[in-house]
Amino acid sequence: MTSDSSDGRTLPDRPPAVELRGITKRFPGVVANSDVNLTVRPGEVHAVVGENGAGKSTLMKTLYGMHQPDEGQILLQGTPRRLRNPREAIAAGIGMVHQHFMLAENLTVLENVVLGAEPRRRGRLDLPEAHRRLHEVSDRYGLNLDPEALIETLSVAQRQRVEIAKVLFRGARILILDEPTAVLVPQEVDELFSNLTELRDRGLAVIFISHKLDEVLAVADTITVIRRGTTVATLAPEGTTPRDLAELMVGTELPTPGARTVPIEDAVALAVDGLTVLADTGPPRIHDVSFRVRRGEIVGFAGVEGNGQNELVQALIGLRPVADGTIALDGQDITAWPVLRRREAGIAYIPEDRHRQGMLLSAALWENRILGRHRHPAFSRAGWIRRRAARADTARLLADCDVRAPGPDTTAGALSGGNQQKLIVGRELSQGPRVLLAAHPTRGVDIGAQSGIWDRLRRARDNGLATVLVSADLEELIGLSDTLYVLLRGRLAARLDPAHVTPEILGSYMTGARSAEPDAGERLDAGERLGAGERLDAGEQSDGPENSGTEALR
Amino acid sequence: MRTRVRAAALALLPALVALLVSLVVLAVVLALIGVDPVTALSAIFDFGRTPRAQSNQTRAWISQTVPLFLAGLAVSVAFRMNLFNIGVEGQYRMAALVAAAAGAAVTLPAPLHVTFILAVAMLTGAAYAAVPAVLKVTRGINEVITTIMLNSIAVALAAYLLREYFRDPDLPANTNPSTSKIPESGRVPGLDGLLELFGMQSPSRPVNGFLLIALAVGIVVAVVLRSSRFGFALRVSGLNLNAARAGGIPANRMIIQAMLLSGALAGLIGMPQVLGEHYSYRTEFTAGFGFSGIAVALLGRNNPAGIAAAALLFGFLDRAAPSLQRAEIPPSVVTIAQGVIVLAVVVVDQIGRTRLRKAEESRAAGPSAPAALAEVSGAASTGPPGRTGNAETAGTAGNTGTTGNIGTAGNTGTAGNTGTAEKEATA
Repeated sequence: MTSDSSDGRTLPDRPPAVELRGITKRFPGVVANSDVNLTVRPGEVHAVVGENGAGKSTLMKTLYGMHQPDEGQILLQGTPRRLRNPREAIAAGIGMVHQHFMLAENLTVLENVVLGAEPRRRGRLDLPEAHRRLHEVSDRYGLNLDPEALIETLSVAQRQRVEIAKVLFRGARILILDEPTAVLVPQEVDELFSNLTELRDRGLAVIFISHKLDEVLAVADTITVIRRGTTVATLAPEGTTPRDLAELMVGTELPTPGARTVPIEDAVALAVDGLTVLADTGPPRIHDVSFRVRRGEIVGFAGVEGNGQNELVQALIGLRPVADGTIALDGQDITAWPVLRRREAGIAYIPEDRHRQGMLLSAALWENRILGRHRHPAFSRAGWIRRRAARADTARLLADCDVRAPGPDTTAGALSGGNQQKLIVGRELSQGPRVLLAAHPTRGVDIGAQSGIWDRLRRARDNGLATVLVSADLEELIGLSDTLYVLLRGRLAARLDPAHVTPEILGSYMTGARSAEPDAGERLDAGERLGAGERLDAGEQSDGPENSGTEALR
Repeated sequence: MRTRVRAAALALLPALVALLVSLVVLAVVLALIGVDPVTALSAIFDFGRTPRAQSNQTRAWISQTVPLFLAGLAVSVAFRMNLFNIGVEGQYRMAALVAAAAGAAVTLPAPLHVTFILAVAMLTGAAYAAVPAVLKVTRGINEVITTIMLNSIAVALAAYLLREYFRDPDLPANTNPSTSKIPESGRVPGLDGLLELFGMQSPSRPVNGFLLIALAVGIVVAVVLRSSRFGFALRVSGLNLNAARAGGIPANRMIIQAMLLSGALAGLIGMPQVLGEHYSYRTEFTAGFGFSGIAVALLGRNNPAGIAAAALLFGFLDRAAPSLQRAEIPPSVVTIAQGVIVLAVVVVDQIGRTRLRKAEESRAAGPSAPAALAEVSGAASTGPPGRTGNAETAGTAGNTGTTGNIGTAGNTGTAGNTGTAEKEATA
């Protein structure tokens, strides 16, 4: 199992930093891991890839002492160890950088790092010593941290480095990073990778969990693929393609994305003019944004998290009040409509956070299925819910959308993320919507579910659905969108042709490193505000895909 | 189907475990305060020796249970929306006063008259509950604070209204104030022959006829919560407010509706007394059901059938107070028992939920587990957070309510009253 992908950096004579032998972990009714073997040497970045629900997290929780394996052994530096809880794992030199940061916003970097591991002198916090050690850690691994900076002033990438400093400060020699790039833009990913390389060169073992295959290939020295709870292959990145990896993960040949066959219609389904959404404090979240979505068109919005794309979608569905501007659905002004009326008029919504906004985890699937449609005649009559009809329809939807679940009475929380998302997408595409607002439709789902969801979105598009797509996955944005906008600090910063744009170029617009030609923004705004649908259509068509992709706003 | 059976079993198991635990804890507590647990427990279970006494005890049990059941329902409707309606106490007092006064002021054919009085009671309860609801929706003020304050206001306001406006003008000057008697057509007749159906002797006074109305209300509420669109919206909002909003269920409207329904149900709590016993609102109006209702709703896990069971249990304990006193055991043992039960249920429930959550989590067993964990624990609290707080409120409930009544009404006649149960049983 442990392949020989050793290169110059790894030291074969030293015992492996981590060796997992035949780990099996069962939960009631489920085998989450079975016979997992993994060897991580000091001085290597070892990527663990697999679909959601494949058992990566279960395995890492086992290694981090969050639960005990039912079978198998954990060897650290060649000696078998029992890790009963995370404290013991930390003491054994294992550090976990979680996907969701666990930092106190109103404390400084130093305070966050020492929190829970305070160096003491005579029972009191020894700040100078803490400062000295943090400085040492930061310097040695090139983390470039200012100990006195407040967390709330830091960027996402800096916060992540604070998390890394936290585990290094506690003496970790084995780092587990759980999907660390999910929150970063490409430039920040590069920085993170250079940090990881630094750690590796200092002899640390880095376990990098991801399902972004090109990133894995870029940074890892060794890659282990997990499928259905067990390790199926360990290989070196050299000579491996993302497609090879994906096929190992999924276990079948991947479907190729279908090319667009149905042309975009002329009719504007969703028209947004001069939309402004205020924040509680500070500058508006969305400032004077105008765009059109025609029938059969997918309009993508790129932006670094927090630049207004989620607020835009929330304003469109009616969850956020609009301060200025108008939203029109098929020519009808819906700016003042509440969520329910918009939904009933044919706007569907895939929320950005399925657990927070999309699902009732402790309720049955059929209840989740009718959520948002509970007034639809198919599911209620005269104020009463038609439970039997709802159940039957849910069973049908589960089959249609390939949601793997025992039945409509199953609790939603028991499903894997991918299956939950498939249900949400299926639900939102049911009852014939006219406009779909899709926020991160495939966030955190595995490749199998992802391609299924993409297929459904494409099919709906071909049937004339107008889609607003927001995503942090730039490949997804570029691959699905017909028109691509970049949101920067709540404004439309660029309009790009997805046929001619790369993730790198898109990333540079998103961070503001590259910007639209001077005063082009104003011209766009003015033009779109003045022009009604017809004029705009003419304008947009001249700006078709044959134009060079990185061209900025007209 | 199997999952539902499983769910039902899972819902019942903690309650049984909790009952056993609380029996043991109660015995220990009793021993600590120098009461023989066996004597106390046998006094609690003692229904008297003669068949007549047994009938009377049963009648007392039922008449304790009915308002507790209604109070539990009222509290639970708000709980489902994660609203903590502590104001049930004040809502039912105001409702009872206004309904009694209105009922005495009109004369209508019998069924209409009763319906009219019930409608007035529900409207008054809802109106009094609307105050915290509107304050919460418009100003964001926590309903816990406003409802507690409105409870104090209700005691004083009711005493004032009774003395100044609703007092029966025919009463002699020095007697306790009371509203005029509701005419015959507005009274709910007693259920003659109900206990006889079960082979018991007839009690000294018939069982309060409001039992049937309460049963009907319970069924209607259960059906509405389970199968109506409103019930669905309420459940969804309570489970995940954000998902509900994204699904087009406006949170503010649900808050208002849940509070209004809660208040309307609260309005019925005083009706068994007003329509079936006193036929008027008097200063010795039994208080405290609103607080006990919180405990009953918790114990019944917000489920109408569970609330009925919890109300029966609390009613059973409440009616035992006089028996305890006769056995020279402080009747506050009842309050202790109720408090212990609620605590035990909360603790056992939490343990059960934690285990359930872990099982769910492992079944999900994916990278989404941490998020699922947070969500499940959030959603799991069908009752609002801070549940341990309730137990305390419930434990001291009966007494605070009565004391407040005595104090503000300036009434010496009921000063010797130690609790709600006793008065009911001696009546």
